[in-house]
Amino acid sequence: MIHKFKLSGYNILLDVNSNGVHIIDDLTYDLLDYVEPPFEAECPAEIVDKLKDSYPEEDIRDVYSEIVELYNDKILFSEDDYEKFAETAIASPIKSMCLHVSHDCNLRCDYCFAATGDFGTGRKLMTFETGKKAIDFLLRESAGRKNLELDFFGGEPLMNFDVVKQIVEYAREEEKKVGKTIRFTITTNGMLLTEDKMDFINNEMSNVVLSIDGRKEVNDRMRKRVDGRGSYDRIIENFKKFVPMRGDKDYYVRGTYTKYNLDFSEDVIHLYEQGFEQISVEPVMAPPEMPYAITEEDLPKIFEEYERLSKRIREILDSGKFINFFHFMLDLEAGPCAIKRLKGCGCGNEYVAISPEGDIYPCHQFVGMEEYKMGNLDDGTFNKDMKKEFAGAHVYSKPECRKCWAKFFCSGGCNANNYIYCGDIHKSHKLSCEIQRKRLECAIMMQAVKLLDKAE
Amino acid sequence: MKHIKTINKADLKASAEKGGCGKCQASCQSACKTSCTVANQKCEREA
Ligand code: SF4
Ligand code: SF4
Ligand code: SF4
Repeated sequence: MIHKFKLSGYNILLDVNSNGVHIIDDLTYDLLDYVEPPFEAECPAEIVDKLKDSYPEEDIRDVYSEIVELYNDKILFSEDDYEKFAETAIASPIKSMCLHVSHDCNLRCDYCFAATGDFGTGRKLMTFETGKKAIDFLLRESAGRKNLELDFFGGEPLMNFDVVKQIVEYAREEEKKVGKTIRFTITTNGMLLTEDKMDFINNEMSNVVLSIDGRKEVNDRMRKRVDGRGSYDRIIENFKKFVPMRGDKDYYVRGTYTKYNLDFSEDVIHLYEQGFEQISVEPVMAPPEMPYAITEEDLPKIFEEYERLSKRIREILDSGKFINFFHFMLDLEAGPCAIKRLKGCGCGNEYVAISPEGDIYPCHQFVGMEEYKMGNLDDGTFNKDMKKEFAGAHVYSKPECRKCWAKFFCSGGCNANNYIYCGDIHKSHKLSCEIQRKRLECAIMMQAVKLLDKAE
Repeated sequence: MKHIKTINKADLKASAEKGGCGKCQASCQSACKTSCTVANQKCEREA
């Protein structure tokens, strides 16, 4: 399978199964409409006929030979032979956990999937007892895995920070006993980020996710305090203080764009201008009837905006400065192995989320959905059949992904969105896919141009 | 080559033979979390 596209004046060709990327001229671009394996030794006459009004015959034959050569080298029209690996990870240990330490929030963001922080099940904080059980569960169920991850999530986790501290302390003792390391991360809206919390986080957490949507008016329209006032002024100040304190430890600021700010490249640049270099801004996922929801009619504007953003980011990088936009990060030369790419998030299989009550769910987005409750830490239940079901959700068991050129970058999208918007974890959510593919085209183009410049 | 410039030497096939050890980080693709595409992750396999 191949995918070709034109972007920013480049013709790009991706060989899906080898992950080979090529920059091609117009003739090659057009000729690829007519060829696929098996190939002949010489360019067939009918193909020459189709193109000879636009291009010299000799060139057409040359291009054909180049294509055949790359095919023989297995970096064009290469075969998809990964399906046999898809079912290998069925018995994977659990290596990653999302701990909902607080189903309560001090903001009332309009688009919050957690329904203003309580996940529809009432405001609740996790106890230290439950946190301990979660750590025990992770250390046990991770079997032979040494590097584990745990994200403190909410609601707003800083509303239960004492318990966060206790859990970290407990985990640091327990991990030593079994020779493992837990990488902690925390996701926060920044409202309660005081200096002592910053210090603790900097000592213990390898990454922090700081939520802010961008420009003040954009942020404050959606991310409101309980009394309706905006949150921008408080959080920008806290984040600006916090980020330099992290030194070389990871952080990123992440925002959500909605129908109200389809010019979201302005928000990315705004965050950059405030001194943040690690930025993620992503589309809101919401029922189409919500006024802020992104709908199909917004796609042309969104596509244009990603192109504009890729241009602005290239300008920043070309000027010798640094910015990292998460959706454009891509490693064309190395990156993860093919097997990892068959199944992205590992939700419900390698990754689980724990509610304040100690209920186990496939991931944070499933929390509160009774039909996807996998078990409970108190009564020791854990539904292995459901784990298997999630282990079997990969690009070959999702019909749209099988056919999709982006499958080895995207890895089959988000199971939770598939379920919420299409009723089945295997049914791809079309709107997300369209946006995903556009971002990937931009990312591939940017990387290709960078590598091309390096080579020349 | 005159018409086609190959940009990378990605070898996904070979990676499958040696891969799948599961040592790397999990990646959530959803908007509310990291929203990484898998492709930007680091491989952490010990050689
Ligand atoms: S650590 Fe590397 S080889 Fe192992 S599963 Fe992850 S990407 Fe594949
Ligand atoms: S873009 Fe959509 S169809 Fe393609 S791999 Fe991702 S989820 Fe599957
Ligand atoms: S199902 Fe979606 S939200 Fe859940 S971990 Fe996977 S990508 Fe993230």
